[in-house]
Amino acid sequence: MSFTYAPAPESRSVVDIAPSYGLFIDGEFTEATGGKVFKTVSPSSEEVLSEVAHGSAEDVDRAVKAARKAFEKWSALPGSERAKYLFRIARIIQERSRELAVLETLDNGKPIKETRDADLPLVAAHFFYYAGWADKLDHAGYGANPRPLGVAGQVIPWNFPLLMLAWKIAPALATGNTVVLKPAETTPLSALFFADICRQAGLPKGVVNIVTGDGTTGAALVAHEGVNKVAFTGSTAVGKAIARTVAGSDKKLTLELGGKGANIVFDDAPIDQAVEGIVQGIFFNQGQVCCAGSRLLVQESIQDELLDSLKRRLSTLRLGDPLDKNTDIGAINSAEQLARITELADSGEAEGAERWAPACELPEAGYWFAPTLFTNVTQAHRIAREEIFGPVLSVLSFRTPAEAVAKANNSQYGLSAGIWTEKGSRMLAVASKLRAGVVWANTFNKFDPTSPFGGFKESGFGREGGRHGLEAYLDV
Amino acid sequence: MPTTVPAHGNDAAGRLTELADVTASDSALRRFLHGLPGVDAVGLEARAASLGTRSIKTTAKAYAIDLAISMIDLTTLEGADTPGKVRALAAKAVNPDPTDRTSPRTAAVCVYPDMVATAKAALTGTDVKVASVATAFPAGRAALPVKLADTRDAIAAGADEIDMVIDRGAFLAGRYMDVFEEIRAVKAECGDKARLKVIFETGELSTYDNIRRASWIGMLAGADFIKTSTGKVAVNATPSNTLLMLEAVRDFRALTGVQVGVKPAGGIRTTKDAIKFLVLVNETVGEEWLDNHWFRFGASSLLNDLLMQRQKLSTGRYSGPDYVTVD
Repeated sequence: MSFTYAPAPESRSVVDIAPSYGLFIDGEFTEATGGKVFKTVSPSSEEVLSEVAHGSAEDVDRAVKAARKAFEKWSALPGSERAKYLFRIARIIQERSRELAVLETLDNGKPIKETRDADLPLVAAHFFYYAGWADKLDHAGYGANPRPLGVAGQVIPWNFPLLMLAWKIAPALATGNTVVLKPAETTPLSALFFADICRQAGLPKGVVNIVTGDGTTGAALVAHEGVNKVAFTGSTAVGKAIARTVAGSDKKLTLELGGKGANIVFDDAPIDQAVEGIVQGIFFNQGQVCCAGSRLLVQESIQDELLDSLKRRLSTLRLGDPLDKNTDIGAINSAEQLARITELADSGEAEGAERWAPACELPEAGYWFAPTLFTNVTQAHRIAREEIFGPVLSVLSFRTPAEAVAKANNSQYGLSAGIWTEKGSRMLAVASKLRAGVVWANTFNKFDPTSPFGGFKESGFGREGGRHGLEAYLDV
Repeated sequence: MPTTVPAHGNDAAGRLTELADVTASDSALRRFLHGLPGVDAVGLEARAASLGTRSIKTTAKAYAIDLAISMIDLTTLEGADTPGKVRALAAKAVNPDPTDRTSPRTAAVCVYPDMVATAKAALTGTDVKVASVATAFPAGRAALPVKLADTRDAIAAGADEIDMVIDRGAFLAGRYMDVFEEIRAVKAECGDKARLKVIFETGELSTYDNIRRASWIGMLAGADFIKTSTGKVAVNATPSNTLLMLEAVRDFRALTGVQVGVKPAGGIRTTKDAIKFLVLVNETVGEEWLDNHWFRFGASSLLNDLLMQRQKLSTGRYSGPDYVTVD
């Protein structure tokens, strides 16, 4: 007899999803002009969860005006008063974390283990952290009494819906800006629940506005004349379009875009922990992470040993119902994303890389992709250059530290990198040569609100998190 | 990968001679041990903690509880031990739950050498083994001839298994060969009469790198089991050190084909804890180790908690400490 884990599903009853949601503008939920709506589905079952208002350019205009109106009083509040609201929001998020975790898992498809243990604690931590800055801006290094910018137009992706909201809204409010935020089309629900949390916290009307919709809604927001600051997290292609839109205006812009992170494993690495780090690097959130360690660079002398260990480990990953507490790998967020991952993985095979995936049964309904790794990958392959944004790892090898650095940096992106070695001097020497916004050493995909995050090259510019994250929202 | 043989038997001895160059000299052994991959403590502990979040419910829990009971080395290692106490423990090992005879038996009863004969007499005719600590347990501070005599006595009195302690002083002083030779000598004393468990006292080795090295010394010297601790120091079995030792037996089998068991001991008191360890076994070395021939718990109070949880699963309500036996 074998040790088979019985189903251990988290209860759905803790979250009450309404059949339809409006836009959150000026403290009220309102229908979209023209009454256009779209459906949001659960990626693990394709079940329709709710109908959400599709914001038009007029709705964006209403929201920006509400934010503008609110800005005067909000920015005039003493920092300590703004901090009270942020602390209150952070505490409500903690209190409602189970509900929000289940909601996020339903709408996004990621495992409850991750929303419960990673997303939600980080969301609360981000609000707590920036609440602490609100009354200390004089000491942030930008001179006395640094001023906010005004209305921030923020567009966020679907991979960490609530966490990306926190990264955007917390620093904006702490510095005295007001916000119009557009959540991703496939994951609007947690932002709408956040709107409810703003009401619960008594946040003044118009300080936070949530306008749901698709790319056209986002485009209308970033182009709106009343917006003083644009913050975007998402694909490099859309990021470039936004940069063109705001060019010539006085809008301040930060972009957090794609990545093709190199995870470098030296022959003196702690092998078992490196294997865990590789798994965490590329299979966390089904690899739908901009800073994923999607390229494994392994020193040739330990390649076979490491790959054996990695394959054995991948065979133990549990893919399935995201609400089951024992699920390691959930669903891909949308049919569109699944098609993109499938196309790129197929190109890997067609270009001569060797594909491997553990025996793993995929559920029939929903969008699923088995954890996959490619060996015999070269720098010329598409799967070594393009961001896949899925659970697909490309394995390359190197012989010397210099070659590892050269290959790691040989990318249009520069968001993240990892180094695995037990030798401290090697760690420091290599880290200083990597052109990446985050370099993790003997770990991967570790986040903390105190630590700035952002990219080099086509991974974007500007930093979020930490003291550096304040700068994007201050007139400095 | 070579075919698997148990550490106990002639096949294993043959396999180990293939690695004779590793243990040919002090410097060769040191080079080998220091060439093993390092352990990143933060990463190891994070992995153990993440496996600790597995949710084991209903049928899986029932399976795990029975498996855990069957893996217990029911232990009494007190200066105050008497034949009466040992006989009571033996009776409990055979019939853990007086209200439910379907409960599995424990794997063994673990006692001091002078109590082996008493335990053996009480357990004759059952499949419950008698394990005896030996080699000047728990400190191990005695001369080799004394340790060997201690072992010999226990086996002569009927011990099926010997739980020896390594010389931590020699290990920490870097005299790896002395540690290796001593284990080999005790193993020779056990011969084919008893299986040998080698206790590292992980709390005294203090670093994970040391625990990995000690594991390999033990396995190279012929240990049938590697065991965390005596239960007599501040830090005993933890999920992290047990995970590390599971990785060691997994890697050792991949290299030599010899399968070695693992025994966490001390500090595991609740069903919840025990299940966490079984999850570690399941997801690190797999079901080939999910058997009391290859995995044991050194524990005493754990059994009552497992029995209470078992009663809860079968009756639907909590019984309380008066419905399990006090020893």
